[in-house]
Amino acid sequence: MNANVGIGARVKRKEDRRFITGKGKYTDDVRVENQAYAAFVRSPHAHARVKSIDTSAALAAEGVIDVLNGKQLTGDGIGNIICGWAITSKDGSPMNMGPWSALATDRVRYVGDAVAVVVAESAAVARRAAELVEVDYEVLPGVSSAVKAMNKGAPQVHDNAPGNLIYDWEIGDAAATDAALAKAAHVTELCLTNNRLAPNPMETRSAVAIYDESEDHYTLYTTSQNPHVARLVLSAFYNVAPEHKLRVIAPDVGGGFGSKIYIYPEEITCLWASMKTGRSVKWTSDRSEAFMTDAHGRDHSSVAKIGFDANNRIVGLKVDTVANFGAYMSLFSSAVPTYLYATLLSGQYDIANIHCNVRAVYTNTVPVDAYRGAGRPEACYLVERIIETAARELKVDPAELRRTNFIRSFPHQTPVIMNYDVGDFDANLEQAIKAADVAGFAKRKAASAKAGKLRGLGYSSYIEACGIAPSAAVGSLGAGVGLWESAEVRVNPVGTIEILTGSHSHGQGHETTFAQIVAERFDLPIENISIVHGDTDKVQFGMGTYGSRSGAVGMSAIVRAMDKVEAKVKKIAAHVLEASEDDIVIEGGQVKVAGTDKAMGWHEVGLSAYTAHNLPPDMEPGLKESAFYDPANFTFPAGTYICEVEVDPETGAVRIDRFTASDDFGTIINPMIVEGQVHGGIAQGIGQALLEQVIYDENGQLITGSYMDYAMPRADDLPSYSVHHASTVCPNNPLGIKGCGEAGAIGSPPAVINAITDAIGNNNLSMPATPLAVWKALQAAGK
Amino acid sequence: MTKLIMTVNGKKVSRDVPDETLLSEFLRESLRLTGTHVGCDTTQCGACVVHVNGTAVKSCSVLAVSLNGESVTTIEGLADGGQLHPMQKAFNDNHGLQCGFCTPGMIMASVDLVAKAKAAGRKLSEDDIRHGLEGNICRCTGYHNIVKAVAQAASEM
Ligand code: FES
Ligand code: FES
Repeated sequence: MNANVGIGARVKRKEDRRFITGKGKYTDDVRVENQAYAAFVRSPHAHARVKSIDTSAALAAEGVIDVLNGKQLTGDGIGNIICGWAITSKDGSPMNMGPWSALATDRVRYVGDAVAVVVAESAAVARRAAELVEVDYEVLPGVSSAVKAMNKGAPQVHDNAPGNLIYDWEIGDAAATDAALAKAAHVTELCLTNNRLAPNPMETRSAVAIYDESEDHYTLYTTSQNPHVARLVLSAFYNVAPEHKLRVIAPDVGGGFGSKIYIYPEEITCLWASMKTGRSVKWTSDRSEAFMTDAHGRDHSSVAKIGFDANNRIVGLKVDTVANFGAYMSLFSSAVPTYLYATLLSGQYDIANIHCNVRAVYTNTVPVDAYRGAGRPEACYLVERIIETAARELKVDPAELRRTNFIRSFPHQTPVIMNYDVGDFDANLEQAIKAADVAGFAKRKAASAKAGKLRGLGYSSYIEACGIAPSAAVGSLGAGVGLWESAEVRVNPVGTIEILTGSHSHGQGHETTFAQIVAERFDLPIENISIVHGDTDKVQFGMGTYGSRSGAVGMSAIVRAMDKVEAKVKKIAAHVLEASEDDIVIEGGQVKVAGTDKAMGWHEVGLSAYTAHNLPPDMEPGLKESAFYDPANFTFPAGTYICEVEVDPETGAVRIDRFTASDDFGTIINPMIVEGQVHGGIAQGIGQALLEQVIYDENGQLITGSYMDYAMPRADDLPSYSVHHASTVCPNNPLGIKGCGEAGAIGSPPAVINAITDAIGNNNLSMPATPLAVWKALQAAGK
Repeated sequence: MTKLIMTVNGKKVSRDVPDETLLSEFLRESLRLTGTHVGCDTTQCGACVVHVNGTAVKSCSVLAVSLNGESVTTIEGLADGGQLHPMQKAFNDNHGLQCGFCTPGMIMASVDLVAKAKAAGRKLSEDDIRHGLEGNICRCTGYHNIVKAVAQAASEM
């Protein structure tokens, strides 16, 4: 077998060359004949009525092609933007989804809400003309905090959502959980906020929309994690064009982290505007627009109570969460604080009683949706902070309290839907403890103390769920789509292979890892395999990449298609070589009859399939197979992270001294790439814990609108990471993969905060733990 | 409009350019050298770093016409023919990139960082590299492998 390129090999990335030489092709690099440029007229107010729009000055400016508004857009039948997951409140009522037009018609609900678009000969002209559009606003009071938005008399964001309540949902048995807590020997209570984040992929969103009048056909180049889903939604719900008249291409995409799942107003408007103006329309967000308009992540406020019996075993967990949804319901927003959050509240622990109530609330802020981890980081943060806090109250070693409560027999049914298939939580905890040299911590702490510094250590034993599935199950929970994946394997007449996949790579390295599984299966050089993705005209269909699903679901689809190819290859070879199919083996670029010297070259089988001169009777020519793969269950990556920090009590500054991770991702195709995913996830998690926070003022004015105000983690803020694996193979997909894209971002924030609170001796600390916040917590603790 | 004459990646170019054109815009739009990226509007991210007369400059922060007669190297001009620059190779060897968007600026900034240290006879520590790359944001890699890549290239350059 091809040990250097197959499963488990650290193959260097095939896609790198174009990126390191400046030849990547991102959406903003696309420029077509007759290119026109769009700029949006955006609301400077968080909440206002649009009384009138005067476009005459803009229209008169030289180089302006047209100025279009929301009334024209809705007049042309462009549909409202929808949320694709229906959640039912506990009283049985459906969620209250307010209307969201790509261009606002009569009311704006957040700073940045677009009211008109200018199309011009250059981007600079379009931007200047956008400033000439005069919008007469009647400013209304706004609200940015979800908790305050529920107050009596708070500004109403949507008329059909009284009290700004979108839904009031629950999971688990409230009475049983209350009873368990009432009988508990010890109860720990914690109030937590999960800070609001801006995803910030380094490539901002961009769209190039091309309307071809002669064919009545549209092409959209766009920064999407899921071009087929974009096409489906653009056609089925937004009525931009029927699916067979719309091609969506997501070329190289510069990171997504969830924020490029959704179909935003700008993409819809560019397509429509290209039809209206008869010009190709291009728009590229600048960073300020990105802060204003890209869907944000997190923004939860929770109160949690956990009860223990006299043996420190957890008897119940009760959680009440308020989730800020912003001004409109984004595509997957409703699923994030419900099925991606509350279902993970059992963590790695055997908890008989869990109840969680979630209220989703409108505010005058940009919509909130999935951001790397989506719900699972919020669940992990809650569970891992409360268990660490409880350990301190119970005066037991936090690792020991975790061990006391770990689930050890699988499959394990939690009281909140999830059925954990397999795992070894002890193995990852012990490995992390060893790698982090927890044994030497006391010594290091003493040394720090000598130097006038406070040292602390924090754990986080996370579990998450990837590859949301199966489709029928998610459908029964309200999902508007299926969550399978598709793939096609094309063996060419010369034996080279193209894999067409519905997954989309925007940094994950699919061009390498997907080729590895094919190289291994057919024992071929990796150079002979290419991966095609991101174009609805090439790939048959796809659900795209998010939720760490490309390995567990996307690669499984490739395996299923390869199964079919292999079966056909064997049939052809058996026929030509006059042997039994069962005796055919594929090895070393050949298709052989085992134990004989009878063989055909792999390429000869390819050629035979296409010349079709000598195929088995009834066999169709060609060698290309496709598959749609629908997983049987979620997968459950899990692990333990340990963070060690040093705090300067004078300034409150935190330095991360070491960060250790031990993860169970199931089968690992390329350890180099998997470690890279963990590094990036941890960096985002540390960013959330120490630096990042979107701030709106009370009325909804965005304060953190640029990199001057929003602290992105830089090389200097972060340590090197010590990354390890202790894997159990996932029983529910053919490769045994669990997924690795989000774990780092899910597991790391509580480890960091647990370490700081350990150092400062005060459990009352919120993210981001800026020097000021830490210093204040130190003062409060009297240190 | 100003007539701008510049050497870009070793070739003389001459264009009429509006005075307010940023160097990044000139490279991307006039010369179609799209390897130079724009990731922010506050000169904070470093995606746009190029070399002007051998020194790293954020191309979003200078007007093109201010560089009349100067020599600019972009990511497209870094490799020597088919031969990758040691920094490019080190990024590939160490998995120092994921989505690739920050990469051109990161590589150009790193080349400058290493070259300056070499010229001063200084060896770069991990902390030096982290500090030296403060002006470049990467959202994907968590910097771990970027730091490794720069250290490798520093030993080879
Ligand atoms: S684009 Fe130049 S620093 Fe961000
Ligand atoms: S590789 Fe994506 S931003 Fe650095």
